[in-house]
Amino acid sequence: MSMAGLRRAIPLMLFAGLLGGFGYGVLRAGPLATTRVTFATPEYRDLTPALFGIGVVEARRAYAIGPVIAGRVQTVRVDVGDRVVAGQEVAAMEPVDLEARGEAAQAALRRADATLQATEAQVREAVSRSTLAETNASRWVDLRRQGFVTQEAVDTHAHEARAATAALNAAQAYREAAAQERDRLLAEHAAALDLRANLQLHSPIDGVVIARDAEPGSTVVAGQSVLRLIDPDSLWLRVRIDQARSTGLQAGLPADIVLRSYPDARFPGRVARVEWLGDSVTEETAAYVAFDPLPAHLTLGVLAEVTLRLPTVAQALTLPNAAVRRQAGQEGVWRVLDDDTVQFQPLRLGIHTLEGAVQVLDELPLDARIVVHSERELRSGDGVQPAALPAEGAP
Amino acid sequence: MISLAGRDILHAWGKYAFTGLGLGLLIGVTLSMAGIYRGMVDDGKALLTNSGADLWVVQKDTLGPYAEPSSLRDDVYRSLRGLPGVQTAANVTYLTMQAQRAGQDVRVMVVGIALEPGAPGAPRDLVAGRRIERAHYEAIADIGAGFQLGDAIRIRRHHYTVVGLTRRMVSASGDPMVFIPLRDAQEAQYLKDNEAIHQERARVQAHPALNRPGTPGLADAVSASQENSRMVNAVLVQIAPGWEAEAVADPVRRWKHLQAYTRTQMEDILIAKLIATSARQIGVFLVILAVVSAAIVSFIIYTMTLGKLREIAVLKLIGARNRTIAWMILQEALGLGLIGFMVGKTVATLWAPYFPKYVLLEPGDAARGLAAVLLICALASTLAIRTALRVDPATAIGG
Repeated sequence: MSMAGLRRAIPLMLFAGLLGGFGYGVLRAGPLATTRVTFATPEYRDLTPALFGIGVVEARRAYAIGPVIAGRVQTVRVDVGDRVVAGQEVAAMEPVDLEARGEAAQAALRRADATLQATEAQVREAVSRSTLAETNASRWVDLRRQGFVTQEAVDTHAHEARAATAALNAAQAYREAAAQERDRLLAEHAAALDLRANLQLHSPIDGVVIARDAEPGSTVVAGQSVLRLIDPDSLWLRVRIDQARSTGLQAGLPADIVLRSYPDARFPGRVARVEWLGDSVTEETAAYVAFDPLPAHLTLGVLAEVTLRLPTVAQALTLPNAAVRRQAGQEGVWRVLDDDTVQFQPLRLGIHTLEGAVQVLDELPLDARIVVHSERELRSGDGVQPAALPAEGAP
Repeated sequence: MISLAGRDILHAWGKYAFTGLGLGLLIGVTLSMAGIYRGMVDDGKALLTNSGADLWVVQKDTLGPYAEPSSLRDDVYRSLRGLPGVQTAANVTYLTMQAQRAGQDVRVMVVGIALEPGAPGAPRDLVAGRRIERAHYEAIADIGAGFQLGDAIRIRRHHYTVVGLTRRMVSASGDPMVFIPLRDAQEAQYLKDNEAIHQERARVQAHPALNRPGTPGLADAVSASQENSRMVNAVLVQIAPGWEAEAVADPVRRWKHLQAYTRTQMEDILIAKLIATSARQIGVFLVILAVVSAAIVSFIIYTMTLGKLREIAVLKLIGARNRTIAWMILQEALGLGLIGFMVGKTVATLWAPYFPKYVLLEPGDAARGLAAVLLICALASTLAIRTALRVDPATAIGG
């Protein structure tokens, strides 16, 4: 090519290049561009659905130890972390006037004993009087029969005998009353002793102290805890599971537990109980997951991520969940037709797995091309082209 | 007939091409400016479209959730679901915040979405990965935020794993969105940091009315009630087919004592209220830029003609008609405009992706731009034509 020709060709080439770039821009970004998508084809796979929830380590058996009446704490014998055995005295309340009340009860009991003795003596006296009066009366009856005495004297002695019997009855009743009074005071004394004993707080279990809520000298009301104990072997997880994603939740499901304190370790467990009582405010269902075995160094209140594995569904027709779209309230997928345009196909869907696979319940040919990812929202009849997304950074 | 303009251009094509290139860059800037404005409007519309809602139910007397803060109880959606004409309703929270990506801050809008199938709010199309399957600690991020699948995003006290990526999911101000499950988002929005929680507990403990000696446990109960949050920012409602949005919105406003916005009202809030000032700012700048471009184009064509006065005088001398000369200058001006437009459109397309916010180059804007450029070129050439026509043919041989 001559120099003159070259000189002519350069502007034409530049112009052609400009036109090409312009045309590329129009086709690439303009309304004529096809939508870039990624495809998938359905496949038969074993699906293991799973439930996921957040749990907190709790103790299945936790005990709050406190007095039954208001009072001041006298001593606290154990501290947080201490191991205690069943029946061990762990704290005591100040008795205040309970000692004096016990002594008062004791004194009253002694007085009742004395009263009882006095009434018994009275009974004995009444018995003696009554016997004497009976004897006298029968003697006067004999004398009257022999005509030595008047009838009036006989009547008088008969009256004396009846009066003596009545006095005996009264004395016996007094003695009974005194005995009852003594029993009452005995019971009161026992109550005072029980109350006194109740001021000593004992551990009901072999366990660990997790909180020391009151120190000696502080006043607590009835029912307020002085110490809190747990059975360390009874630690489990209270797991909250979103009700919308709790299908299949039941006792016995195997669990994978990741504790926030050990993010890289997985602990096995099992659903011990599903609560009857759900939370309608948070829309969650609670399940208790027991560790199997119990890891060491577990602390209460630690958060855990719990994955519960449901039974595997063998050879289910699956698609990625990113392929699922919703058109006019109907779930389905965009199917790519032979001419590279898309058509919406409504589908019934089954279980989801945490890995993002979803079961298709309807029939779908295994060579069907299904849109998974799309750079923009598709409409029926849109042209698509497969591409790696998002290969080019921004818009 | 030979083309006078073509000959003239080819005679000094380098100068002509460079002038066109310079003009093109200027037009490219103008087109980009229009694209920035369109992008802002489109960001707002994308936000509304992506939410998938027909009706936004927000706190009474607010313009929420995008233009003003709004908070509702999170059980409101249940009562809305019972209203006639409501197909589905779902809670949503929006929180613009700095998230951590590889130790760097990224400004994102964290969106808390309900995970029930078919609930509005969730992104409909992904460009990679999968949808959220766990009810906690999974996230779908917009590629604009720069996250990759498998990345961990730190939002407040938790790390979220990116399981899916979206495209063009942005807030009204163009911040990329990060979708996380609603419960986590509520916590992120309302649960304070540990220090604040401890201080708040201490305040409750120190409050004589809340920590009364005779009522143990009251302070703990008050603290517990302060620390949990059952609020959301809005309820997104989808309307059943055959219902008018206004007919569904009316009972919500009247009987639920909440504000409800239809799509049209929401667009009005976003575009007429939220981005009004920045849009006007860009509009004024666009006008100035257009005026400056027009002035520069006319000066370029004028000076180009001035440089050719001697040749024009020669043309006149050999008997060329005024029309021929005028046509030549007009052709050159229009050619310059055409080259400038194509360069401008191409460079605007090429550099648009590098803008931090979305730049939308609409074909309609391009067509209007082309018409404007050609009109300005034609108008600008009239000045040059007048000068050319007044040239005395004698100057060709004289001076």
